[in-house]
Amino acid sequence: MEPSTQSATVTPTMVTRMNDSVSAPALSFNGVSMVYPDGTHALSETTFDVRPGEFVTVVGPSGCGKSTLLKIASGLNAPTTGSVTVDRKKVGYVFQDATLLQWRNVQHNVELLAELAGVPKAERAQRATDAINMVGLAGFERKYPKQLSGGMKMRASLARTLVLGPSMFLFDEPFGAVDEITRERLNDEVISLFERQRFAALFITHSISEAVFLSTKVMVMSARPGRIVASFDIPFSYPRVPDLRFEPEFARISGEISHALRGAHA
Amino acid sequence: MSDLHNPFIVPGEDAGDVEHHILDAAPPTPRSKFQWSTVIGPFITFVLFLVFWQYMHESGMRTLFDKPGFMLPSPVTVVDQAFLTAKARGKLIDGLGWTALVASIGLGITIVLGMTLAMIMARAKWAEHAVYPYLVALQATPVLAIVPVIAAVFPNGVGPRLFVCVMISIFPVASNTLFGLLSADKGQHDLFTLSGASRFTRLRKLQLPAAMPAIFTGFRISAGLSVIGAVVGEQFFRSGGMPGIGIVIEEYRQKIRFPQIYGGLVLVAALGIAVFLFFGWLTKVVVGHWHESTR
Repeated sequence: MEPSTQSATVTPTMVTRMNDSVSAPALSFNGVSMVYPDGTHALSETTFDVRPGEFVTVVGPSGCGKSTLLKIASGLNAPTTGSVTVDRKKVGYVFQDATLLQWRNVQHNVELLAELAGVPKAERAQRATDAINMVGLAGFERKYPKQLSGGMKMRASLARTLVLGPSMFLFDEPFGAVDEITRERLNDEVISLFERQRFAALFITHSISEAVFLSTKVMVMSARPGRIVASFDIPFSYPRVPDLRFEPEFARISGEISHALRGAHA
Repeated sequence: MSDLHNPFIVPGEDAGDVEHHILDAAPPTPRSKFQWSTVIGPFITFVLFLVFWQYMHESGMRTLFDKPGFMLPSPVTVVDQAFLTAKARGKLIDGLGWTALVASIGLGITIVLGMTLAMIMARAKWAEHAVYPYLVALQATPVLAIVPVIAAVFPNGVGPRLFVCVMISIFPVASNTLFGLLSADKGQHDLFTLSGASRFTRLRKLQLPAAMPAIFTGFRISAGLSVIGAVVGEQFFRSGGMPGIGIVIEEYRQKIRFPQIYGGLVLVAALGIAVFLFFGWLTKVVVGHWHESTR
């Protein structure tokens, strides 16, 4: 498996997008390595950019350092070597678990980040209402997390991140714990948010079809120490419809990524 | 009901309730409904307890322990002489009132002190290592062993009784609060870290709310212990007014009035149960709407 960057066919929509992305990157990794204090070599010499309007997904075997990538991007962890350029105030982090506060109802959970940022009460209530509508949770404002299903919790978590209007989204395997059907619905939701807002996104997953469906670019990571071994541009234009998943081209790209993953795993 | 012919709508379901078709199913809301078993169980044990008591009075004390039956008067005698006789009832109820007062003040001190210690311990591991062993030691120290020290340090009055009360009841509040403060999960902490929240904000909006179920469990255990502490304190420190029920019982013991002694014990037990139920109810009111395991 040659670890070179592989480019798919360039479609007209892609050209426009690439012209847009001449703007400064929203997130930039420059030779980033991470060695944890216990000696675990999690990430090795990683360099890439995520530009506004780009949806970049990282797939890799479990334990390959994908989450480390996000922890460094968000500033939760500092890299051992290399540098990261990002405007931390513009970053929205969607956690692996919904991480809702069990003692707050949906409305107050969604308001949390605005509350911590000091947004006045009336304004944050309005913003929360908008975000709740956006993720399709209207009518569930007064429900507590224990009354919600896994998918609804993830929607609330997504709404919470939307409230501060981030321009750089970090998704840490957000839909890993929900069932396939719910996952596809949540993917449709994320894609429609992306189509409307055109933020920059770095998405971590181990599902190839999720990666291909959502992204403008998919990067494949090797097992520990994590390293980006292949990169695929995804040629499909937006808006993307759910049936895209059954296109032959979709299957072909998924197959290529799967091969690259297998090579990375060996 | 033309909806009945629509294959995508389950008959009987409200067609206007669009969200339920879009979203995956939410877990059903559990309804609390009255269960006879919650009444029958306690009633059966209560009747069995009375039967056992009556048996011990009539022959058990004699055959098992070779002691006269009057040392354990029949429940009927206890009710008659301790509760239906105005003088004894007045003394016992007054005593119970003083005990309840001392126990409440003691519990108040316990809660403030215990939670403060827990918050200090939750701040840093070294603080926990510095304080926690002494709480365990305090828990393990018999009151009897330090009665002379308490007597020497405190002036006469309720001070020594409060000290005993706090000493006996502080551990559950402190340890449960500490456990609760450390119970917020890592993702939730990361969320606050990414928001640049101060330590105080983190304590107020994350750690303390997360700790509430554990804190209230601690309150409930400590409340029962504070009643015990107040009674034990009265046994050792009788001067200084406020003749609590421990003191009243002690007086009856000196006069060898068994029915009144047992009447006093029944009242103390009833106070303990009342306090336990009260805190159970309070827990439900404060955290019942979001925490599952509240009973």
